[in-house]
Amino acid sequence: MHTLEPILAEHPFLKGLKQEHLALLVGCASNVRFEAGAFVFRQGQEANHFYILRDGKVAVELFAPQKGAVAIDTYGEGDVLGWSWLIPPYHWRFDARAIEPTRAISLDARCMRTKCEDDHELGYELMKRFARIIEQRLDATRWQLLDVYGVRS
Amino acid sequence: MNGLAQSPMLPDLYTVQQVRRETDDTFTLELGLAAGRQPFRFLAGQFNMLYVRGIGEVPISISGDPGSPETLVHTTRAVGAVTRAMRTMKVGDMLGVRGPFGVGWPVEQAVGHDVLVVAGGIGLAPLRPTVYQLLANRDRYGKIVILYGTRTPADILFRKEVEAWRARLDIEVYVTVDRATEGWHGNIGVVTKLIPRAPFDRTRTVAMICGPEIMMRFTALELEKRGVDTDHIYLSMERNMKCGIGLCGHCQCGATFICKDGPVFRYDAIQGLLSQREI
Ligand SMILES: Cc1cc2nc3c(=O)[nH]c(=O)nc-3n(C[C@H](O)[C@H](O)[C@H](O)COP(=O)(O)OP(=O)(O)OC[C@H]3O[C@@H](n4cnc5c(N)ncnc54)[C@H](O)[C@@H]3O)c2cc1C
Ligand code: FES
Repeated sequence: MHTLEPILAEHPFLKGLKQEHLALLVGCASNVRFEAGAFVFRQGQEANHFYILRDGKVAVELFAPQKGAVAIDTYGEGDVLGWSWLIPPYHWRFDARAIEPTRAISLDARCMRTKCEDDHELGYELMKRFARIIEQRLDATRWQLLDVYGVRS
Repeated sequence: MNGLAQSPMLPDLYTVQQVRRETDDTFTLELGLAAGRQPFRFLAGQFNMLYVRGIGEVPISISGDPGSPETLVHTTRAVGAVTRAMRTMKVGDMLGVRGPFGVGWPVEQAVGHDVLVVAGGIGLAPLRPTVYQLLANRDRYGKIVILYGTRTPADILFRKEVEAWRARLDIEVYVTVDRATEGWHGNIGVVTKLIPRAPFDRTRTVAMICGPEIMMRFTALELEKRGVDTDHIYLSMERNMKCGIGLCGHCQCGATFICKDGPVFRYDAIQGLLSQREI
């Protein structure tokens, strides 16, 4: 039977993860697909999943009064989407909308949180990987705020 | 210069032959060569000192095709006195030119390698001559990947050309913007985000980067993370200049003169300078 394990093992976010941890992840994983325009999640909703993107493109948006939905970042093949599932109160802070047909593997957050509590080694490994993602996104946001192309830096 | 035996401090006069508005604050001036004058030969990455009479002189990279030296092309962003005056120029106006100065991009050393071009904002202008050369000699290179980051979709420089490059099957072009506007379905986010998964072979890639210094610094770091050797990464430094020929010391940093030792440097030779504030 085909499992999602080979796909997860090859994804840049999970590359190098121990076999036994991958096997645990597979138990929480399912294939999902979003058509262009479909919301992956909405701000304020419970963060019950995170996504390993396989292809397509998802925009993270912030709804601002008078401005409407403002896209602030895009993610695609090889990216991971969503870390609110990891930090209480587990609510999405932004909207995420597919802007192209997108294939992903969805990981059930409750299932993942339980497994991370049960197996701290897995929890720590995932935490390290997410910390790197959070750091990269913070760096990128700071850099964007500098408006480097607008003024001499 | 360029064939005429005269002082490198004395500008040649050129006539503006074409003016193209690129974006809100950038424009391209095409200068014509007077009858009987030698073609203006230059290396991709070299710059000229452009002199607007009565206002001043500024260094501007040549953004045209080294394979077409009969026209001299510069693309400029209007930021201050001289560049704003250049923006008001019309066909028939005169502009003083000294150059070409500096060393160019390592287009020859890159033969047989994958080439990664990373441009930020107006930084695409000094890289455009390289792109022309790479495309004119397509079979001499491995993969050619262009990553271009800019402020908003309206700030995309040479838009038609970038679209034409994107449509080619033999190169990969990725564009990303800091801020999207309505109707933009492309990438959003800083240009370094494109590096981890750009399709080049890290062991045989030569990278050429041009943009704001902060963008070049982060790009070089990201390339290092990806495993590209520092001696395969090149970038173009932009510091204030006066003479352009290593005489006045205006662009000097230690033993290095940006104007004559650069503006294109190998990353490992300039790494320390990138974190140094402008003097
Ligand atoms: C080797 C080299 C190649 C260059 N190539 C190009 C090129 O191809 N196209 C191009 O547009 N520019 C290029 N530049 C930058 C260009 O020389 C400067 O923008 C120009 O000197 C500004 O002169 P100014 O008199 O118009 O402005 P100034 O009166 O000198 O400056 C006015 C204001 O603008 C700010 N400023 C100056 N330069 C910049 C800048 N580059 N970006 C943002 N703000 C700035 C100043 O800090 C000041 O606040 C190059 C510079 C170098 C050293
Ligand atoms: S500009 Fe005069 S030494 Fe470089």
